[in-house]
Amino acid sequence: MPKVALFVTCIVDMLFPEIGEATLDILERQGLTVEFPEAQTCCGQPAFNAGFHADARPVAEHFLDVFGAYDAIVTPSGSCASMVRHYYPELFKGCARFAEAEAIAAKTWELTQYLVDALGVTDPGTSLAKPTRAAIHDACHGYRGLGIARQPRALLANVGNLSLVEMAGHDQCCGFGGLFAIKMGEISAAMLNDKLAHIRAADCDIIITGDASCAMHMNGGLSRHRSTKRVVHVAEVLAGRV
Amino acid sequence: MSRTTQFSQSVTVALSDIQLQTALDRGTTRGVNARIAAMVETTDADALRRQARLAREHALNHLPDLLEQLERNVIANGGHVLWARDAAELNQVILDLCQKHGVRCVTKGKSMVTEESELNHALEAHGIEVTESDLGEYIIQLAGETPSHIVFPMLHKTKEATAQLLHDKLGMPMTDRPEEMTRFVRGVMRRKYLEADMGISGVNFAIAETGTIATVENEGNNRLSTSAPRVHVAVMGVEKVIATWEDYAILVQLLARSATGQRLSVYNNLMSGPRRPDEPDGPEVFYLIIMDNGRSHILGSEYTESLACIRCGACLNACPVYQNIGGHAYGWVYPGPIGSIISPLLLGPTHAPELPYASSLCGACQAACPVEINIPDMLLKLRRDLVQAGDATLAWRAGMRLWRQAMLSPALYRSGGWLASLATQMLANAEGKIESLPPPLKAWTDSRDFPAFAKQPFRERLKQRRRSQARPGVSG
Repeated sequence: MPKVALFVTCIVDMLFPEIGEATLDILERQGLTVEFPEAQTCCGQPAFNAGFHADARPVAEHFLDVFGAYDAIVTPSGSCASMVRHYYPELFKGCARFAEAEAIAAKTWELTQYLVDALGVTDPGTSLAKPTRAAIHDACHGYRGLGIARQPRALLANVGNLSLVEMAGHDQCCGFGGLFAIKMGEISAAMLNDKLAHIRAADCDIIITGDASCAMHMNGGLSRHRSTKRVVHVAEVLAGRV
Repeated sequence: MSRTTQFSQSVTVALSDIQLQTALDRGTTRGVNARIAAMVETTDADALRRQARLAREHALNHLPDLLEQLERNVIANGGHVLWARDAAELNQVILDLCQKHGVRCVTKGKSMVTEESELNHALEAHGIEVTESDLGEYIIQLAGETPSHIVFPMLHKTKEATAQLLHDKLGMPMTDRPEEMTRFVRGVMRRKYLEADMGISGVNFAIAETGTIATVENEGNNRLSTSAPRVHVAVMGVEKVIATWEDYAILVQLLARSATGQRLSVYNNLMSGPRRPDEPDGPEVFYLIIMDNGRSHILGSEYTESLACIRCGACLNACPVYQNIGGHAYGWVYPGPIGSIISPLLLGPTHAPELPYASSLCGACQAACPVEINIPDMLLKLRRDLVQAGDATLAWRAGMRLWRQAMLSPALYRSGGWLASLATQMLANAEGKIESLPPPLKAWTDSRDFPAFAKQPFRERLKQRRRSQARPGVSG
């Protein structure tokens, strides 16, 4: 039995705990015992992306301390997973803990990637309460950074009462970009408007995505514009919580 | 005025310019769709990109040798090679050539390098008439503007605005048909080629093994510019050299597919020196000017791959930031994602320090790049350099230190979350949404709602879940 840890991410922990619970539902349904290391906080991405490596590194070291002993670290975020997978080796280049960073990069998984690629699971064994039409938003860091596209589609295809529809611009950035949304607020808002136009045009009830932060951003726009459509996290759908 | 306000002001203006937004929407959508269609039809687009990347890497790894080989072969072909350390030197070299050959009138094909040196101004200041021969560049010149795109210089202009300009400046009868506008301009341009003493062109690739200069175009203007006047001056950056014709064969089709969605451009001009005695046309004299202008500082650094760029403009079209703000907001010759890297590298990091931050790091640029340049990673490195150089404001530095303290202490993290929950729950409306926050978060709530933090974080709810899981018979 592999020792599996849930890295819930700071944003899910504090803002969207139900996504964390859905993630646990899914993993536990696979018969896994999932641990939640209490000392976990953030992967360090906000500081790293802003250029503050000296602030990001100690936070990433904390991540190494908390998660280093596990066989697999699973997270409901393509963005945080890509931070650990791609940028930890870069962040620790020339540092004493470089080997640890490389090791943890290799065993940190985004949720759907872990289910499909590591466990070989494509049937989440769930069904939605009522027939639902959904479009997928391929969140950038998971999609282009980790190549996640096939995995959520394979899993979602087996969710009962769910039909997937195409959405134009499914792989177009929603404009979130972390601190970008604040630092470049106007550009970010213009990008969000482009995305909302695609969402409005899509023949669906909900939009499914793999990152809570992107969902939060798009939902912020949808509620501001009094739209009834909502973006949900892929874990919520796979757990049948939608 | 500080650069910061300049960039943010340009952004504000661009976002509210309806004509610009229309033009950007049309232009970038067309560019993206054309590129995708042209790449999809190749048997293995990724293998092709890989080959192109290797060709460019090879050239950059052997740059000094290849440049010397190029120089030897251009001279052997009867041409001259001149070197320019920077933009000012480039203009001086060309002015000297104009004086030497008694040049009064110049036609110029599309060239980004001469945009770097603002050559037109330098020539005009010395009483030399310059006419841009590329249709888009000509219209930009007429309008007194600068290009806003590497391949489509007038991407920011609608055809309606272009018709009005040609009508006002040259008396063209009003039309909304681009074909008629083109025909009209062609009539004007043809006379210029015959009057010109010198034709100046850019260089898309310089093939070292034979000393051959390659340009690509769709109008034939470059071919006329480089063959009708008695003097031809080709201008290139040092990074434009490639080793072989095999490399050229790969790169030239990827350039066309990525830039305009064509299998090949309509005119692929290959020039090896001036007219030979047995040839009916061509220039009497041929000069190749090779300019550095900061490129050799990039070579060998962590940013070397930015020199692999073949100036196709695909990353501009694909970039959701460029799609919204257009090229002029970037403030210099090279806009878009690649411009956000090249501009600070060539002009120094204090030039528009916000450019590396003008990206959501979505990676669409890298996915579109025919030579697989990892633009997002270089943007991250430039941000790191800026912070290391002390560019960050006190507020950002303090914020980051606070964030680090909280993330290093689970107790502080928990209490911070608790405080945020308390505050945001108070500010939220009945649906749990916050419609207005003070700066800097105002930048968010100006255009979208922010959710309240959860009443109970995941880690607290997990404890309840575990308790109910431990008690058989009680569902969770």
